[in-house]
Amino acid sequence: MNLGAHSPVFIVLLPLSASLLCLALSRLNKHLGAWVVQLSILGAFASSVASLREVLAEGGKSIHYWMGNWAPPIGIEFAIDPLNTSVLCMITFISLVVSFYSRPFLQNEDWLHYGGYYTLYGLLTVGLCGMTVTGDVFNMYVYLEIMSLSGYGLIALGGKKSMVAAFRYLLVGTIGASLYLIGIGYIYAMTGSLNMADIGQRIQPFVHTPLFAFAVACFLIAFGIKMALFPLHGWQPDSYTFSHPGAAGFISGCMSKVPAYAMLRYFFYVFGVHNSVMEALMNVLGIMGICGILIGSVMALAQYDFRRMLAYSSVAQLGYIAVGMALGNVHGFIGAVLHLINHAFMKCCLFLVVGGITYRYGEVNLYRLGGLNRKMPVSSIAVVLAVLSMVGIPPTCGFFSKWYLMLGAYEGGQNIYIAVLVISSLLNAVYYFRIIEQMFIQREASLPEIHEAETGLGLPVSMLVPIAVTGLAILFLGIYSSTLVTNIVNIGLPEVLIK
Amino acid sequence: MDALNEFLARRGIYTLVMILFFLGVYGMVLAKHYLKKLMAMNVMQVAVIFFYLCFAQKEGGMIPILVPGNVDPASYINPLPHALMLTAIVVSMGTTGVAIALLMRIKEFYGSLEEPEVLRRASK
Repeated sequence: MNLGAHSPVFIVLLPLSASLLCLALSRLNKHLGAWVVQLSILGAFASSVASLREVLAEGGKSIHYWMGNWAPPIGIEFAIDPLNTSVLCMITFISLVVSFYSRPFLQNEDWLHYGGYYTLYGLLTVGLCGMTVTGDVFNMYVYLEIMSLSGYGLIALGGKKSMVAAFRYLLVGTIGASLYLIGIGYIYAMTGSLNMADIGQRIQPFVHTPLFAFAVACFLIAFGIKMALFPLHGWQPDSYTFSHPGAAGFISGCMSKVPAYAMLRYFFYVFGVHNSVMEALMNVLGIMGICGILIGSVMALAQYDFRRMLAYSSVAQLGYIAVGMALGNVHGFIGAVLHLINHAFMKCCLFLVVGGITYRYGEVNLYRLGGLNRKMPVSSIAVVLAVLSMVGIPPTCGFFSKWYLMLGAYEGGQNIYIAVLVISSLLNAVYYFRIIEQMFIQREASLPEIHEAETGLGLPVSMLVPIAVTGLAILFLGIYSSTLVTNIVNIGLPEVLIK
Repeated sequence: MDALNEFLARRGIYTLVMILFFLGVYGMVLAKHYLKKLMAMNVMQVAVIFFYLCFAQKEGGMIPILVPGNVDPASYINPLPHALMLTAIVVSMGTTGVAIALLMRIKEFYGSLEEPEVLRRASK
């Protein structure tokens, strides 16, 4: 048997089987289940990298893996192309890094909580990877629900207030999932197929009908809810603020990016953007994005809770991705994809640092972080990198994605987008630089220590390394961003944009 | 009158399903008790299931069990939406389970499931 040919399925299969085993193994030994889950995520990461190499070796032609060798459109297939393997590498990498980070938060828990946490964590990884890799619309619904359900669990583990936040997210998230299901129903009724590539061909005679418009609007609202696009973002600040501090980096980094990727995939690869319905929809998406950017930034400016500020900043950053999609040209698309990957790392890094501060001092008010650069040097440097990237200063990665978005807006003649991007960069600078000011310039605040520093750098090693790795990743993604664009994103451009 | 008959014959059931769906959403938004919100959510999910079952029907079709000698697809209704809805029912059961677990914890901590009460105690 050739294992290499099966690498796409291992991305989902390994974490799925490990998470299902995790609780039983944790009963035997508290740490065993967690190790198995982490090992399986490592395996998923290796499979993602193998798939990426394979697809690049094929010159960017997408590889189709047929489940049980049933040919589509009857069987379920996994479709691998350069775009989704790079998103997969991002998810599994962040998942792997954050899984080590969570350990110190759980060290005093019993086997049930320890194993339960890692079960949910593994299932969240499964859901995210599955949504990215699948080529079947209903299969995506199942993974969407796996992702959401484990996400509700991880958010609810955060403490008292988190349960109300998780329940509200559950209600709103279920509306999103139901709308997605209705959208699938309409698409299926029109085309008689559930396979994405097949739908892409069969849908073309229907793209001017009101049925198609209704289905696409359902998809827009469903993924808009899941990615916290502006008017649909109500669940998001509470959920990110009160989620389990160990998993917050992963939840905030990936859980909103994967629905954004799914939307990108439907709009550009399945439906195509050059028809009247999609063009109208793109305008709506662009308006939602602009409002999200402005209102998210202003709301972030008004927060004093560090986590809540980051959550509102996420609303704004998701707006960038929406604007990139709405532009509907090559540079806008590249900007959206780059920002999707870059922002996952930036937000993950910032949430990891906030988690570190919570772990050591139990403090989240960002006006009480004075003099943190001496107490937690590595984290402070990581914050500086992430903040520079958020504002968009080269050579950090945030600059390049904004650059491509600007380029796309200029090409499309959309001056209003350029103005909004510039204004929001200024707002970003205002609300992010006050963190740096607090950390590096303000007088040292007296903070009671919950956990004494074990190392000279302020945090346990298993937390320091993830923070340092994500911080460096921001820098590397920036430096190698031209390689990423020419070698991966450009090869995987959707056909509708090439001509 | 003919127009009404025509409308009811073609779209009536879908109209009812949509009304049911938005009744669910309405309940989720306006109910003040968390358990009622959860029930409204279930109503909404059932509406989606009805929607699938409706468009799987066809006139003159029978249940999709193969009758020996009859392999004409027009004489059977489409079984695929039913199969999809089995999965959706399982998912909705899972969602309800998680939601009830969350509600139990909320009740434990706040001693109430009335939304204003919970929010008042949570903001303290």
